[in-house]
Amino acid sequence: MTTTSSAATGARSGAIDAGRDFADVTGSDASLRRFLHGLPGVDQVGAEARAAVLGTRSIKTSAKAQAIDLAISMVDLTTLEGMDTPGKVRALSAKAMRPDPADQSCPAAAAVCVYADMVATARQVLGDSGVNVAAVATAFPSGRAALGVKLADTRDAVEAGADEIDMVIDRGAFLSGRYLQVFEEIVATREACARPDGRSAHLKVICETGELQTYDNVRRVSWLAMMAGAHFIKTSTGKVQPAATLPVTLVMLEAVRDFREATGQMVGVKPAGGIRTSKDAIKYLVMVNEVAGADWLRPAWFRFGASTLLNDLLMQRTRMRTGRYSGPDYVTLD
Amino acid sequence: MSRPGERQTVRKTYKLFIGGAFPRSESGHSYKVADARGAFVANAAMASRKDARDAVSAARKAFAGWSSRTAYNRAQILYRVAEMMEDRRPQFVEAVKQSEGLGSRQADKVVDESIDRLVWYAGWADKITQVIGSANPVAGPYFNLSSPEPTGVVAVVAPQASSLLGLVSVIAPVVVTGNTAVVLASHAHPLPAVTFAEVLATSDVPGGVVNILTGPMTATAPWLASHMDVNALDLTGATGLVEEATAWEEAAADNLKRVLRPPAAEPDWYAEPGLDRMTTFLETKTVWHPIGI
Repeated sequence: MTTTSSAATGARSGAIDAGRDFADVTGSDASLRRFLHGLPGVDQVGAEARAAVLGTRSIKTSAKAQAIDLAISMVDLTTLEGMDTPGKVRALSAKAMRPDPADQSCPAAAAVCVYADMVATARQVLGDSGVNVAAVATAFPSGRAALGVKLADTRDAVEAGADEIDMVIDRGAFLSGRYLQVFEEIVATREACARPDGRSAHLKVICETGELQTYDNVRRVSWLAMMAGAHFIKTSTGKVQPAATLPVTLVMLEAVRDFREATGQMVGVKPAGGIRTSKDAIKYLVMVNEVAGADWLRPAWFRFGASTLLNDLLMQRTRMRTGRYSGPDYVTLD
Repeated sequence: MSRPGERQTVRKTYKLFIGGAFPRSESGHSYKVADARGAFVANAAMASRKDARDAVSAARKAFAGWSSRTAYNRAQILYRVAEMMEDRRPQFVEAVKQSEGLGSRQADKVVDESIDRLVWYAGWADKITQVIGSANPVAGPYFNLSSPEPTGVVAVVAPQASSLLGLVSVIAPVVVTGNTAVVLASHAHPLPAVTFAEVLATSDVPGGVVNILTGPMTATAPWLASHMDVNALDLTGATGLVEEATAWEEAAADNLKRVLRPPAAEPDWYAEPGLDRMTTFLETKTVWHPIGI
């Protein structure tokens, strides 16, 4: 066991009792701050070393084939550009349903992730294929807007048929210590995810860890989001460097593991941005298995926010199936 | 231990040349290189199939930029390579002597000829189009123009015996027309190729245009032959390997690669090269342009 794991063990036995709800913690800014700052600190060196060690595992042959298929089924195929057109979103949606048109056995991606105004277009193509539509909301990517605007943004996306909402937190509020404000925004956004039929769109909370400076803050924001009712915690918007890294994802995976132990509730994790190769994706899967556990190795609980990753996964898959290297001529240009 | 006043021998471990950088083999393997008399000279990197794969993606990345340069500029760069070789002439002479067991005079001649060969091909960069392109007479109101275009990424199995002149004579015709190359150097005599890579790295050749792998042919050539992102295969160095070369040519057919078959015996590299090595790796584009519009 490394020091990071034992630090997390401290969190388990100390501040948190099993089956606990957090009403007393989230009642006031002061108690929330006391709780978040009472979380054990992250050993930076330990976290980075453990992430690096887990990245050296060698996954070969049939295990690799399985990992690649699993990774494909976990991809949130993303396009978040100012120049997105309905045509591009339609093409991407078609690709999400049938990533490899030449091979029936290739699994579909988990979701297509677009801006709110493109949700209807994606929905139209995806229909009831099982591939979800995810929409970024709440003044993505900066999160700099009034709460009313953010909630209207969210409701718009849900009404247009989004199954999942990727919201950004107000990093300015978080970094200046106004935790309750961040908490209440997440709670309000979750309420805005409700549909008229009584069901609710899944809420992913983007923490933008590239702007949070320390791993301690990553742990705090993870707990804050989970206590506020996030279904998923997501590392980054993809618009800020560094985006997802292995150590940050490790800290988040520890947080969801400890949260389940404390409350019995499972929360998903989504690293996004900067994951481009199959090799990277497999490193993440190894880490999920080792840190959070095999329960998280499902598209319902772990996702990759990516666009170019899917092509590399497909090329690797083709290489394993045919025994020869494929090339960029045989996958789509996104 | 060396005695006082005596220098420690510097034993080198050479690396591969991929995408303008000098990485170690992904496999971590290297092999011993012996001189013509069998004495240890240095360690060379033993390229694995993954190095071949990386080299192909580097070559693919470099293709767009290299092929869209003006022919004149490619000529300048090839001429620059010749200049750099001239600067490093003693090192090349030494490498050729050591690898091929030649005397000083013969090694000198090999290096001279290699440099001259580069200059010769450099001159062809902006002339090959005029020679093999054409304005075609057609029965209609059209200008009909055919011009050569580079094939793409070319995998080259370099000659096994002639480690410098042979190497230069297969690389230059491929890249001068705008192709990019993944070259598998002579297995037994890789050192002139390694020195040549150092010259390429310092002479304005964009990274990835020429990638040089060292190691046994059987570890990488089959993967290059079947690679779907390689557009052509030059098997000049597979002389005598009839069975293997046939299998590689079959694998190459999957994506319709151009294949230059191995010669029955290693060619005389001093002979006038002709245009065949350039034209094999060129495609002809024909444009019909309406007259009077």
